[in-house]
Amino acid sequence: MTNPRSDVQWEALAEDAWLLRFGDTIDMAVNARVHDAATLLQALLPEVECVPAYASLLLRFDPMHWLDDRGTFDGHRLRSAIEAALRSAPAHRAAPREMTLPVCYDGADLHEVAAHTQLTTGEVIARHAAATYRVAMLGFAPGFPYLLGLDPALAMPRRSQPRLSVPAGSVAIGGSQTGIYPQALPGGWQLIGRTPVCLFDLAAASPSLLQPGDQVRFRAIDEHEYQQLAASTGRSA
Amino acid sequence: MSIEVIKPGLLSSLQDAGRRGLASLGLGRAGVMDEPAWRLANALVGNRADEAALEITLAGPTLRFAGDAVIALTGGIIEARADGQPLPPWTTCFLPAGTLLRLGGMRHGCRSYLAVRGGFDAAPVLGSRSTDLHAHIGPFDGRALQAGDTLTIGGHDAAPWFASARGAQALRWGLDPQPWHDYAHAPLGLLRGRHYDALDGASKRALTAQRFVVSKDSNRTGSRLDGQPLRLDHPLELVSEATLPGTLQLPPSGQPILLLTEAPVTGGYPRIGQLAAVDLPRLAQRRPGDTVCFRDMTMDDALQRLRARNDALQTLIQRIAQRLESA
Repeated sequence: MTNPRSDVQWEALAEDAWLLRFGDTIDMAVNARVHDAATLLQALLPEVECVPAYASLLLRFDPMHWLDDRGTFDGHRLRSAIEAALRSAPAHRAAPREMTLPVCYDGADLHEVAAHTQLTTGEVIARHAAATYRVAMLGFAPGFPYLLGLDPALAMPRRSQPRLSVPAGSVAIGGSQTGIYPQALPGGWQLIGRTPVCLFDLAAASPSLLQPGDQVRFRAIDEHEYQQLAASTGRSA
Repeated sequence: MSIEVIKPGLLSSLQDAGRRGLASLGLGRAGVMDEPAWRLANALVGNRADEAALEITLAGPTLRFAGDAVIALTGGIIEARADGQPLPPWTTCFLPAGTLLRLGGMRHGCRSYLAVRGGFDAAPVLGSRSTDLHAHIGPFDGRALQAGDTLTIGGHDAAPWFASARGAQALRWGLDPQPWHDYAHAPLGLLRGRHYDALDGASKRALTAQRFVVSKDSNRTGSRLDGQPLRLDHPLELVSEATLPGTLQLPPSGQPILLLTEAPVTGGYPRIGQLAAVDLPRLAQRRPGDTVCFRDMTMDDALQRLRARNDALQTLIQRIAQRLESA
């Protein structure tokens, strides 16, 4: 991490929330800066909640913990603390966690994606499973990862008519992104496959399998292996 | 002690202050819509912790109390009868075992809070007893109450205030809802959002000059506000970023949506404003068909008002505790 750059925009969103904006595009490099900043701030100012998105970082704090002598909110003191944290060099930057998720590529929209991208279904699968992705942010529903790193050849518009319910575990393409539905949800992304892995588990120590900044790879599996893994994770096929 | 749900009412759910610190995993806070009303309901029954309360929307449930209970109802002014006998709102009440508590319509406001001495004994999920209706997380697997549900009450010392009570009874003093409940539908404070400047001139004026109507499609996620549509000077292509309760979004329809306690953690619509936190409970008490109007507020003013409100709330909660002790 270099010195805080003057191109970081600060915005006061609410009494208890500021937004740091590192850019205004969906872009790996911008998103990497967001996650670096989140890691630094979380380590040095644990009382400030950090919520990364594609190009911005939400900071949520209790304004009543940052008061001056007269008892009014001291935004300058908080801002100085955040700037100092962003300036500090991390002792060592931990490598991102890597996850490999098995995917049975038999989604309802696989043939449409192939037709739209002028690839064979085999090429769609090979290209999707070849890339390394980063969890840019989680949102829409608990544990829903927005993944950066999709092969540009696979980009495809969302469905004109969203589905009322997309099955849990569906792996899908929406525009230039790919994502996974952690539970049955309405959705308009193109379904290319399904994973037997549970993405959001209330009983787990950390309920979301994926965290912002994680690296994700996909491994193509067949129906047989899907069934075996689904049985071991308790997901009904 | 347990309470059986005979009729669930329109939308009744257990709520506390909500889930904190999980927004980076895509999980919002949920929690009560009217925080001062909820805190005061707990204070009136002598709950020291911020116990979960039943949040009741517009039409209340019918409940059968298996054992003696001390309750209070705050927030929207709701019709309440214990075995036919009317109970006063914003007041500590005693219900003997077997009481049928019938909660009717709300005379003012949109949401009432029923607190019970000892608190509702639901297992916390990810640190909270709030029902997240959107994510299906919390008590009763994150759904609203249904007929036949049983609510369990936590253990507590018998309240000394009703030692000789036989039937349903209320303390002779209660709280004045006036400072906490906006009967006049006064303008709500609005901080300008990042995309306020992208509104066209007429829309900028309309934002604080017109009265919006709360749409019937409103819920705990957001209030849809119907009025003269607001327009941008030119369309904006935005990258999804954080949203919060109180964020005023402008979807392409031109009818703004004010996000509430179950706000999603990210969104991609222009943000034209942010409701002052001190006015969130006031908005929570507007019902479909009610009007809403905004006035400009600065961040400094919003912070000052929030602090004054919190100080007044804290002082009142302490006074209630003292008064209950000496009762």
